Amino acid sequence: MAQLVLNTLSRTLGNFFNAVALFLPRILSMLVIIAAGLLVALILKVIVRRIFGIASFRKYCDSAGLTQMMRKAALPDPVEFLGQVVFWVILIVFIVLGVDVLGISALREQISRFFLFLPQIFVAMVVLFIGLLIANFFSRATLLATTNANYPSARLLSSLVRVLIIVFFVTMALEQIGLGRRVVLIAFSIAFGAMMMGTAIAFGLGGRDVARRFLERQFVQKEETAEKDEEISPL
Amino acid sequence: MAEETFLSDEFIRKLTAVGEVDILVAVPTFNNRGTIEQVVNAIQLGLVKYFPRERVVLINPDGGSNDGTPEAVKNASIPDFRSLLSSSPLRTIHRISTIYGGVDGISNSWRIIMAAADLLRAKACAVVSPDLESITPEWIEALVRPVYKEQFDLVTPIYHRHKYDGLLIKNIIAPTIRSVYGVKVREPVGGEFGFSGRLACHYMEQDVWHEEFVRARTEIWLTTRAIADGFRLCQSFLGPKIHAPESSAQNIVATIQDTLGALFRCMENQQSYWVSRSEPPQPVPVFGFEYSSGLEPRRINRKKMLTMFQNGVSQLAPILESILSEETLREIQGVSQQDEKHFRFPDELWVKTIYEFAASYHHSVMNREHLLQALTPIYRGRIYSVVLESQRADAEQIERRIEALGQEYEKLRPQLVEEWARKA
Repeated sequence: MAQLVLNTLSRTLGNFFNAVALFLPRILSMLVIIAAGLLVALILKVIVRRIFGIASFRKYCDSAGLTQMMRKAALPDPVEFLGQVVFWVILIVFIVLGVDVLGISALREQISRFFLFLPQIFVAMVVLFIGLLIANFFSRATLLATTNANYPSARLLSSLVRVLIIVFFVTMALEQIGLGRRVVLIAFSIAFGAMMMGTAIAFGLGGRDVARRFLERQFVQKEETAEKDEEISPL
Repeated sequence: MAEETFLSDEFIRKLTAVGEVDILVAVPTFNNRGTIEQVVNAIQLGLVKYFPRERVVLINPDGGSNDGTPEAVKNASIPDFRSLLSSSPLRTIHRISTIYGGVDGISNSWRIIMAAADLLRAKACAVVSPDLESITPEWIEALVRPVYKEQFDLVTPIYHRHKYDGLLIKNIIAPTIRSVYGVKVREPVGGEFGFSGRLACHYMEQDVWHEEFVRARTEIWLTTRAIADGFRLCQSFLGPKIHAPESSAQNIVATIQDTLGALFRCMENQQSYWVSRSEPPQPVPVFGFEYSSGLEPRRINRKKMLTMFQNGVSQLAPILESILSEETLREIQGVSQQDEKHFRFPDELWVKTIYEFAASYHHSVMNREHLLQALTPIYRGRIYSVVLESQRADAEQIERRIEALGQEYEKLRPQLVEEWARKA
């Protein structure tokens, strides 16, 4: 009986050690692949930084408003950002390759799914980034135009423009990765509709006098004695 | 020839028919029916009175007027010169109209004028605004003679102005050109100019006519280019400058954007000339008898000006943080807290502000149009201060203040050079 137990145990242990002996090289291969990936990613990151670190590229990013925008979005400057993107993309590719070497079929399936999903995530990120750029540009333009025209609540209007544009692009990004398409669309429609209705009510109730004055200004003849705002010529 | 691309065949044919000329006078127009006849008659009288023996031509590039301006130019005539002058014309004054247009707009009219001067081998040229109510025949002499007789290359005007007119020029454009380019030009953006044929050829050789800064304010580029390339400059006193009322209304935001944008771009374009320059600014010779007389008082909504400055500084703080240094922004915010009676925007702070805007423009810290728009509220604050300080000042005191501001610009010039050269 004892002998039987011992035999079973030794067989089980033998099988286990055999399995480990077979699996260990795969783990080692995975680690080597990941280490190689780390090295390649670091080298490519340095190369990208060098190539795009030239003054003209930085100046182009500055003049396009990219640097400023990324700073505001709490992101590093464009050159550093490109370097980081290259580093992580290379590293992830090598990690995935390394994990694939392990030969676990369930994991392999998940990895292939991940690879299929990756382009969609990338496109969504690009959409979101472009959205942030556009939102920033138009909110700043609104702030400047309304302030220089002496409109009240310039910052509120500018923030409203920014939020609307960002919401619009977030919706597009979520739709791109296929996350609750209908839910996102409905939520956006409700939020947008509510905002417009709220604005209309606010203007209707709070701006009756302003609207009356505006219409009077447009359609009732101006008085001759009205004071000119700026009669002095700057040039 | 480069001109062939923008000069019409008919215009070239008319120029060829005229042959060579000694003097070319140009009036670019666009819907100026109300004033153009008077301007053309003043030009004719000026030419007959002061240059009776010279071969002259009047060029009229028109932007597509629909009020009959080109016809008015063609038909403007003085029936009897003897009732106005002791002499009659000895030569025909040729008149040529042409249409300018396209995306380059007004800069195309300048280009047409330069090309015509080049093709006709004109020795001296003058350009006058079409909407002037105060032009006299003497203006033509004042703009042409220094070039024709004294061998100057560029004549810029000096006007007798109300103390509150031309404040953008007095507070930014002229003192910046003085400190940056080292030349004390009082009216670098005047609508009237005199220039030599040699300089016209030089302008034509420059490949910048399609650039936005040249299109927006060609006059600034003409002046700074002539300075940077070593041409001889002088100024002529013309007297009061009064425009037709409908053309004198200017949108301050757009004016600052166009004018300062053009100046800063010229500074970028010509930085090899000025960054290393160290000589003190040179005065520019002045022709003509300068006089002052009473001008109509101006109405200014000062309260609105101050409110817009205070609101602007507070609302635009996040944008101004990216343009100005912490210290300068803090000082401006301090100024905006002052009460209206004791309000002062010091010269030093103003100059620092302009230099920091120039450097930020150069380094493109944000969209350049946005950057220039952000200056408008601060400009209003400065103008409010100037108006308040000069309420009771006479012409001499105003001149002293302008000189003091110019010296402040010169004093802080090293700061501009340092900021300009700083790596982004």
